[in-house]
Amino acid sequence: MDSLGTMVAKRVAFGLLTLIIISLLIFLGVELLPGDVAEAILGQSALPETVEAFRRELKLNLPPHIRYFTWLGDFFQGDFGTSLANGRPIADLIGWRFANTMFLATVAALIAVPVSIILGILAALYRNSLFDRIISMVTLSTISFPEFFVAYILIALLSVQLIIFPSISNINEQMSLLEKIHAIFLPCMTLTLVVVAHMMRQTRAAIINIMASPFIEMARLKGIKRMRIIVLHAFPNALSPVINVVAINLAYLVVGVVVVEVVFVYPGLGQLLVDSVSKRDIPVVQASGLIFASVYIGLNLLADVLSIISNPRLRNPR
Amino acid sequence: MEKLLTIKNLQIEGFSNEKWMPIVNGINLTLDRGEVLGLIGESGAGKSTIGLAAMGYTRQGCRIASGSIVFDGMELVGAPKELKRKIRGTRIAYVAQSAAASFNPAHRLIKQYAEAPIQHGLMSFAEAEKKAIDIYQRLLLPDPERIGYRYPHQVSGGQLQRAMVAMAMACQPDIIVFDEPTTALDVTTQIEVLAAIKHITEQFDMAAIYISHDLAVVAQLADRIMVLRYGNLVEEGDARELLDNPKEEYTRQLLSVRTFRKHSDQNDNDRNVILKVQNVSASYTGKEMVLEDINLKIRRGRTVALVGESGSGKSTLARVITGLLPPLQGKTIFDGKELPPALKSRDRESLRQMQMIYQMPDTAINPRHKVRKIIGRPLSFYFGMSGKEREDRIIDLLEKIELSEKYIDRYPAELSGGEKQRICIARALAANPNLIICDEVTSALDQLVAEEILKLLQRLQNDLGVSYLFITHDLATVKAISDEIVVMLQGKIVEQGEKQEILTPPHHEYTELLLSSVPEMDPDWLDNLLAERQAVQAT
Amino acid sequence: MAFFKLLRQSPLSARIGLAMILINIAAAIFVPVIAPYSETEIVGDIWLTASKDHLLGTDHLGRDMFTRLLYGARNTIAIAFITTLLSFLVGTICGFFAATLGGWTDLTLSRIIDILMAFPTLIFALMVLSVTGTSIIALIFVIALLDSTRVYRLSRAVAMDIEVMEFVEAAKLRGERIWWLMRHEILPNAMPPLVAEFGLRFCFIFLFIAALSFLGLGIQPPTADWGGMVRENAGAITFGIFTALWPAGAIAFLTVGVNLIVDWFLHIASGLKD
Repeated sequence: MDSLGTMVAKRVAFGLLTLIIISLLIFLGVELLPGDVAEAILGQSALPETVEAFRRELKLNLPPHIRYFTWLGDFFQGDFGTSLANGRPIADLIGWRFANTMFLATVAALIAVPVSIILGILAALYRNSLFDRIISMVTLSTISFPEFFVAYILIALLSVQLIIFPSISNINEQMSLLEKIHAIFLPCMTLTLVVVAHMMRQTRAAIINIMASPFIEMARLKGIKRMRIIVLHAFPNALSPVINVVAINLAYLVVGVVVVEVVFVYPGLGQLLVDSVSKRDIPVVQASGLIFASVYIGLNLLADVLSIISNPRLRNPR
Repeated sequence: MEKLLTIKNLQIEGFSNEKWMPIVNGINLTLDRGEVLGLIGESGAGKSTIGLAAMGYTRQGCRIASGSIVFDGMELVGAPKELKRKIRGTRIAYVAQSAAASFNPAHRLIKQYAEAPIQHGLMSFAEAEKKAIDIYQRLLLPDPERIGYRYPHQVSGGQLQRAMVAMAMACQPDIIVFDEPTTALDVTTQIEVLAAIKHITEQFDMAAIYISHDLAVVAQLADRIMVLRYGNLVEEGDARELLDNPKEEYTRQLLSVRTFRKHSDQNDNDRNVILKVQNVSASYTGKEMVLEDINLKIRRGRTVALVGESGSGKSTLARVITGLLPPLQGKTIFDGKELPPALKSRDRESLRQMQMIYQMPDTAINPRHKVRKIIGRPLSFYFGMSGKEREDRIIDLLEKIELSEKYIDRYPAELSGGEKQRICIARALAANPNLIICDEVTSALDQLVAEEILKLLQRLQNDLGVSYLFITHDLATVKAISDEIVVMLQGKIVEQGEKQEILTPPHHEYTELLLSSVPEMDPDWLDNLLAERQAVQAT
Repeated sequence: MAFFKLLRQSPLSARIGLAMILINIAAAIFVPVIAPYSETEIVGDIWLTASKDHLLGTDHLGRDMFTRLLYGARNTIAIAFITTLLSFLVGTICGFFAATLGGWTDLTLSRIIDILMAFPTLIFALMVLSVTGTSIIALIFVIALLDSTRVYRLSRAVAMDIEVMEFVEAAKLRGERIWWLMRHEILPNAMPPLVAEFGLRFCFIFLFIAALSFLGLGIQPPTADWGGMVRENAGAITFGIFTALWPAGAIAFLTVGVNLIVDWFLHIASGLKD
């Protein structure tokens, strides 16, 4: 078996490679379009001059590999090109929206992670109890619901009937943190509910798996107290699978944000992406797609690296 | 005087098929201080369940239905959890079958050793550490000062098993429950662990319940033996007396297995050779050699036993012969023709002539196929049989393996372990092979069943003249069935020849070690052997 | 026969789930008979409340909501089902091939899938749809392809577990070809986990298409589909008109049903093992 260092290095290298290939795919997506991109986007009735100008705009007159490297190079320097829809630099469009998306995702994660881990552990420890059954029915339903269903139910209850929280989450830089949190309360709840269901179920499964190990039985036969068995015997071994569960769900959360942003008209990156797709504003789609992909790949990479590091067998090689 | 442990009329039930079924039926058991009680039985006898119940513990899906378990004056059935917890680890300790699974991979051995004494408030870590080193030393663990600071996956199987015995000793309990502690080990390693257990129980005058399916192993340690079957007591008695003079038929059968011997005439060396392996070397990685320069011959109608411990390369050799692992060097000559090294390039005819039977009948036949398809497929595949002809042949084959015709429509799940292994034999026979490779075919079976399978294989050989390559780690099987023996160690053949020749001294050093390590029914065997080995070392 | 026997032992939750699915399937099949109006017929004022003529009221264009909901069942379920089938066909065949052949085939396929899976499905779908435009065919192929990566992972893992069993080795030693190995040795044993996975993937795809339609990038109007119907009527929610909750609830109703069945199936599949 490889040492810890090489395993981590391999995983990181694979992550980087994936990112490069994804960027290539995103770039080539446009190339693979049947026929001429410019015409396809502008429609057949477009004037030849317009098409020509559009081609120059997309730098379609240069050979593909040069365009790719220029695009990628510019991307890493923070220059994402200009939007086709309104001609503004994409970096300006994306910058604060990305911050907004991360803000929403972070707040949701801060609530969801502890809640789901605690609930997952409790459900695993009191398996088949009434508490476990109720929790498992509720989470089974929640993962079956589309995000927008959860969202509109929350709106109907807390915004329309009770008028506590706004149904449109408009935030700007002048707002205080508290005002912001009030504004994003409903989208945040929606995300939390959906993610908690997934994360809790997986945590429960991981813990149950560990609790069935012979070494847990051995600890019980040594007369060790239940609490100590959980903390000292189950937890170190459950750490690796649980970290994995958390990171994967965080990655899911970052992407799941898209639908929720649309429901609450939240000025985030997901909303922008969806708008740009319907407007076929390719450069914006490419840039925001690459950002989403990077965050997603990064979180998955983190998950794998952390679970490698937290595996006791790998941490102490022979 | 009151007994240390008294179990009265114990009934334990297990939950299966949506209802509670009895696993243990009204067992009575007593144990005195300093006494070692052997619990013996085949799988499903309920021996582990009883062992755990002695600690007031039942596994998930089991429950104590009735009866009483009194340990040192305390009733454990229905006792508060806290009372049971305080007894476990301090006064009754447990040693499991698999040390690798029973040690927590996240903590060092010594931390796990010290956990019980510290948590029960008996010692400080420093005291426990000192005691651990002492016990490691008594158990002859290498480097006792430091071995405790290793993680479980950093020490070998036999050492880990001894470390678990040490852990059970940590609080000097009154009773230790040993649950098949040597079953997963090779014979030469088993000796070390057995010696350690014997040594420690005698030295500390500890009571123990020793659970095993191997009567010869139990005979070495137990003062008294209880024979169990299907959760019932068959017979109980003083160890020596029970071995010398069994009262029940079942006990007699258990004792009499291994007496079956093949009588082979040695003068058939001139018969033609069916399989010849020449200068074979093989490796999985291309770097480390798993097999080095192997030469062997199998003659028609004869049985060659390939013996070795885990990691000796005996199964790898089977993979080379069957073409699953093309060798780096050397060739396989079958019936005078050289076989292509890789399975893919071998023709159907040569595949037909060489068949294989596996260790685990559970995984060797497809659970989703009926017996008809399992045995019928080779018939249609090799001989193009179909319809009535095929059906008749299947029934004929079932008859050969002593199963009735009604088995044809059964799924493997509806068969017992022994029946499944018979189906595997029928599948091999369906191809009309000249050579059958038997890979540990009896080691997953209960003793009595294994004996029947060996007899069947022998009868088939007499009737059909098929040759066997018999791969096994069990020397009793070797003695029973082989004409010739090949002994392997670390990828090399250390000795080979006619059975008589190999089994009569002088032996090769390793063969000697292997042969002498097989437990015998004689209760003094272990003591004598250890004394002998010590004497040899002293000189 | 065996199915009914199994059903008799099933827990209440599974029976409820089965009933929920059957209601949906019945609705999808018998739409023309049950539906009081036609799919795109404008029958009255917009956002009428429920009445005897319009059981669930009318939508943002004044079409009958109940009728639209029934047609939505047919369209949405059919598309999701076809997509799942396609995804399974591609995923299991590739997965079984990788597991049985091993070596380079496995390595190459698995690496490609790893990379595809490293890309979030929704984002990938959005990007592809931005290029191909939104047509039902493109939608089905894009989603099936993306989803088949998960099916590949599972079927490969399951097939690998079966492949190491001795009965597969025995068949190889007999000289069986790869198709026989896959069809007769591996597939029958891989069925329980694959069936459960089919339910899960169907739910996922169903929700995914609903989400895309909700974003306006999936099935296009005037075809009735539940995700799109939520989108069309969502604006009225803030005025206290909850018409949009009907199709959203219908989506949840079906997926809860499927999940209840899958949960039960996973339970018996794992119980049969030991």
